[in-house]
Amino acid sequence: MLERHGSSIGQPLTRRDGPDKVTGAARYAADVHPEGLLHAVMAVSTIARGRVAHLDLAAAQAHPGVVAVMTPENAPRLARSPDEKEGPVSFRLDLLQNDGVRYASQPIAVVIAETLEAATEGALLLNPRYEAETPSVVLGAGERFTPQMVGAGLPAAMGSGDLEAGLAAAEARIEATYDTAAQYHNALEPHASVAEWDGDRLTLHTPTQGLYPAKARLAALFGLPPENIRIHSPYLGGGFGSKGFLSSPQILGVMAAKLVGRPVKLVTRREQMFGPVGHRASTRQTLRLGAKRDGVLTGYGHHTLTLTSTYDDFFEPASVLSRHLYACPAIATNHEASRADIPTPLFMRAPGEAPGSVALESALDELALELGIDPLELRLRNYAEVEPLSGRPFSSKALRECYAQGAERFGWASRPLEPRQMRDADGLLVGWGLGTATYPAGMFQGEARATIRADGTALVETAAQDMGQGPWTVLAQIAADGLGLPLDRLDLRIGDSDMPNGGLAGGSTATATTGTAVHNAAQGAVAALAALATNDPASPLYGAGNAGVTAAEGRLSRRDDPSRSETFSEILARAGRDSVEAKGQGAGEPASRKAYAMHAHGAVYAEVKVDPDLGQIRVTRLVGAFAAGRVVNPRLVRSQYYGGMIWGVSLALHEHATLDARSGRVMNNNLAEYHVPVNADIPSVEAILVEEHDPHVNPLGIKGVGEIGITGTAGAIANAVWHATGVRVREIPITLDRLLG
Amino acid sequence: MNRFDYVRAGSVAEAIAAGAEPGAAYLAAGTNLVDLMKGGIARPERIVDITRLPDLDRIERLPDGATRIGALVRNSDLAHDPDFARSYPAVAEALLAGASAQLRNAATAAGNVLQRTRCQYFYDVASACNKRAPGSGCEAIGGVTRAHAVLGWSAHCIATNPSDFAVPLAALDAVVEIEGSAGRREVALEAFHRLPGDAPERETALEAGELVVALRLPPEAAGFAAHARYLKVRERTSYAFALVSAAVALRMEGSRIAEARIALGGVALKPWRCREAEAALADREATPEAFRATAEAALAGAEPSGDNAFKIELARRIVVRGLTLARAGTPERVPALPASPFAGAHHA
Amino acid sequence: MSIPITLTVNGIPRTVALEDPRVTLLDLLRERLDLTGSKKGCDRGQCGACTVLLDGRRVNACLALAVSHDGAHVTTIEGLARDGELHPVQAAFIAHDGFQCGFCTPGQIVSAVGLIQEGQAGDDPERIREGMSGNLCRCGAYAGITEAVATAHAAMAGASGLPGGYLREDAA
Repeated sequence: MLERHGSSIGQPLTRRDGPDKVTGAARYAADVHPEGLLHAVMAVSTIARGRVAHLDLAAAQAHPGVVAVMTPENAPRLARSPDEKEGPVSFRLDLLQNDGVRYASQPIAVVIAETLEAATEGALLLNPRYEAETPSVVLGAGERFTPQMVGAGLPAAMGSGDLEAGLAAAEARIEATYDTAAQYHNALEPHASVAEWDGDRLTLHTPTQGLYPAKARLAALFGLPPENIRIHSPYLGGGFGSKGFLSSPQILGVMAAKLVGRPVKLVTRREQMFGPVGHRASTRQTLRLGAKRDGVLTGYGHHTLTLTSTYDDFFEPASVLSRHLYACPAIATNHEASRADIPTPLFMRAPGEAPGSVALESALDELALELGIDPLELRLRNYAEVEPLSGRPFSSKALRECYAQGAERFGWASRPLEPRQMRDADGLLVGWGLGTATYPAGMFQGEARATIRADGTALVETAAQDMGQGPWTVLAQIAADGLGLPLDRLDLRIGDSDMPNGGLAGGSTATATTGTAVHNAAQGAVAALAALATNDPASPLYGAGNAGVTAAEGRLSRRDDPSRSETFSEILARAGRDSVEAKGQGAGEPASRKAYAMHAHGAVYAEVKVDPDLGQIRVTRLVGAFAAGRVVNPRLVRSQYYGGMIWGVSLALHEHATLDARSGRVMNNNLAEYHVPVNADIPSVEAILVEEHDPHVNPLGIKGVGEIGITGTAGAIANAVWHATGVRVREIPITLDRLLG
Repeated sequence: MNRFDYVRAGSVAEAIAAGAEPGAAYLAAGTNLVDLMKGGIARPERIVDITRLPDLDRIERLPDGATRIGALVRNSDLAHDPDFARSYPAVAEALLAGASAQLRNAATAAGNVLQRTRCQYFYDVASACNKRAPGSGCEAIGGVTRAHAVLGWSAHCIATNPSDFAVPLAALDAVVEIEGSAGRREVALEAFHRLPGDAPERETALEAGELVVALRLPPEAAGFAAHARYLKVRERTSYAFALVSAAVALRMEGSRIAEARIALGGVALKPWRCREAEAALADREATPEAFRATAEAALAGAEPSGDNAFKIELARRIVVRGLTLARAGTPERVPALPASPFAGAHHA
Repeated sequence: MSIPITLTVNGIPRTVALEDPRVTLLDLLRERLDLTGSKKGCDRGQCGACTVLLDGRRVNACLALAVSHDGAHVTTIEGLARDGELHPVQAAFIAHDGFQCGFCTPGQIVSAVGLIQEGQAGDDPERIREGMSGNLCRCGAYAGITEAVATAHAAMAGASGLPGGYLREDAA
């Protein structure tokens, strides 16, 4: 039943969670204070490889207020080794089961105390001694190998045609290597746990992008049935992938609570966020492009070299987007990696696509320069009408409209082809650049329950997670339409693992997946209500059949005679029921997912200004035009695009974890020197929502919008810096010293 | 953070007596000290809270035309004091280019001048650092050195001083007023911060227990008000430490420079006053060629201490730009983006 | 040794016996007074999530030792709305979607109230951006934040006749 009855979807509603968030009433994990709470603080390693030889337990324990020190000696034994993977997309954890150290900032002990101050000082007093080995942390230093798979189970190598022949047939060629830096998610909310055990039952407040996987992992580690574990995660203070899976610090908080038999709060310190909670690995990407004089590609190769840890596998899939984006008869995409004494990298907003896009879009502009063709024209000449490698049609693709609407708004047509042609009134160099944005329109699996109650209200529950993308609002909009109820009669509850599985808030899938589940649950509840009415001779709807009624404003009406209707309350009252409920599933439909390539697309135009002498860069204007299927809430979707685009600014110009190659430590492990953009870095950002109807992606026609904004943007900025200065910088982030000449 | 005794001083004499005890540290806003204590870099046994000391939160114009800035005057109050900003616009601009509004609202004038280096190896207690642990070595050398010194560094320390405020103060011949058990003394700001030499742990001219009570700008400092700028190059538009900065102040007579003052930030362990370069510019026409020659002179003797050779050329260019902007004249109001290349001044 | 201090928090005098002088104003609010609206993002004055008004001025509560501020007036995010009515800055943040995850939001809003009271930025977007740059937003809601501050500034100027009239009574 595809029909929608209401008009909530598509409205630019303000956030339903807004009042709680602007008044400080929204409780994040670390804001929870059960009676008898103790505070826990981790000690982390300062070496990157070796073992902990000694901890000064006596000094820590002697500190007033310290209750216990959890080390490998006394840490609760686990039912399952934290090195045992629960599946291919599951990561090894550091849970004090041995004294080994495999990266800098690895947890090596936890100090539990009556106060935060005592726990903090206790952790410092442990003063560890190590048996250290020489670490290797530099990209390209270790032995190279080809991974089994990259990202979340994608082939490391894919291609079509003969790249070498394609390049040989080209009339213009470029080969260029781009480096991208290691990045740390740095959600503003540090990973936190407030854990409370009651016998073998656990209540845990912790931010997670996946309540069900988190529950499953804890169940496995502690040898408990999943129903013994309840996780609350109503609000995440940002996730960006780093809260996709429970991290070691979050689980150490649970172990600490078990050790001391009291509720424990463990909050990761900011500097400890540069280690055990994931990061994006550095990459070195080589792009080889060949084209005819008219700009039509004859071959293109995208090779990625990346790093992973010594003890686990995650490979930044930076070459993958080249499989989906531009038409070309000969494409080769592949990945190699080497191991290093670093923490295992992880999914980070647009994993693969983000660094891949900046390299690919830079390379295209280098080719455009070689050919003397406008960068937009070059992209249009290689527009993919079908997905290049698979040959499948796109379920929908309004990229041409994105290019056109963005170009119009930005004023691209007046861009000079040559670099260093534009200055502003103050003499600053001005440059314009373009990048294509793309991100897969994936779906995971989710479930929701809708209950229509006798008082004419409805309850919708799903263990979805709010990390700012807006589920409190958009799921309510979807539910309201599905139920035919005004929003103010809808009680939406999310963020509790006792609710039906709400899927993952990750991979730009949440609204598509959970929204579909909510839609189906709502429709199911309405169908159950309709069955009560249409089978009841006393109802004005009697005999209409389910398909013969529609729900709106809390009433069911006959489709053929809207004057014959009754309220939800009337139907339930006559049936003597408190409520009707239904569950709904959300998942991709296998046949259409096989038949169609499903991606969101966009075009991002950037203006930068560069001081001609001092090299300092500012992104003065960003215009993105994106097509991602149905827009549930334009206000919130626009914010997602802005956020992604600002991450693009950050990728292009700012974020860079600087490792000391000798120690393996991140030296700028703080927010003063690990730069993310501040407000003054973002003078102007615009997002155009390009209309796109997708009949295949899911019943609601929704594609994800959380990650696509980074892609395109970073490349657009790199290209704009070149256009401003004439200097092509291939080390990302672009820093001013490269522009001093 | 270690446990400590907390003493609230009611008078300067009381503060000095308490501050002279071994392991004591003065606390004003705490924006630097508390940060260092949280990182385990500073572990004072006794905190002497000087925030209630009387009369140290005043900005006074003295009869001779000098201006005395009480040690406890908040950075933002000083920057937004209309008389002060009019007389010392480069100082106001430097203050507003530093840190964030929240930090400027808390941090004091003396605390700003006394803030310690942001060298990441000083902050990383697992690294050897002669400043934090004398004799342990300097692990910054050979490490991540992009932000480190290019002037005045030694084999024992390559850190830089992070203060913006201190840079125009150095250029304007500010004086540090100090109280100690032996009474009051004064030290020129230029001599207040020490270069590392072989004792980088000795950071300033302060002796144990001594307290900075005021900073003083001499009468002639206001004579540069019409042509004074601070310029700061950093890696984001705001809320970042300087890679390199410059305070430039000129006293113009027609198109000729009567007197020039130039100091650099981000290049050394102290605000770097460029006296020889200033002298070469005195009584000369303000031409681009003269500015370029001045910049060369200002960086004479500069050497990279690691992967930071670019800072030498960057500093030269900032000197040229600073001179150009100062010659053009002080803006009516501190720009929306203080000290930024994007502040909107014409330099085409 | 216990040190008694009294703070006026959101207009209410609160006396606390500090058993430990290490307690920061932020940890006092969050862990001892159950005012968890102020957030800890970095604990080192580098993110702005803990911004409160201390004697009427916006500061980072994480770097202020509570013991040093005996007698001070503190306004936190919980103290802005009056009788259930949102402060104009809070309302403007909702209207302009000046947040996503909401974690930095209390600090952003208190910082914006402080900025407007300081009277230095007015409705100049560039001055607002600069003035709000001590508050990181990792979700990237800066555009909405800047609009919200400009809107609230206009609303407050209209309401009180002078920018920043609101909350003056909280300043010591």
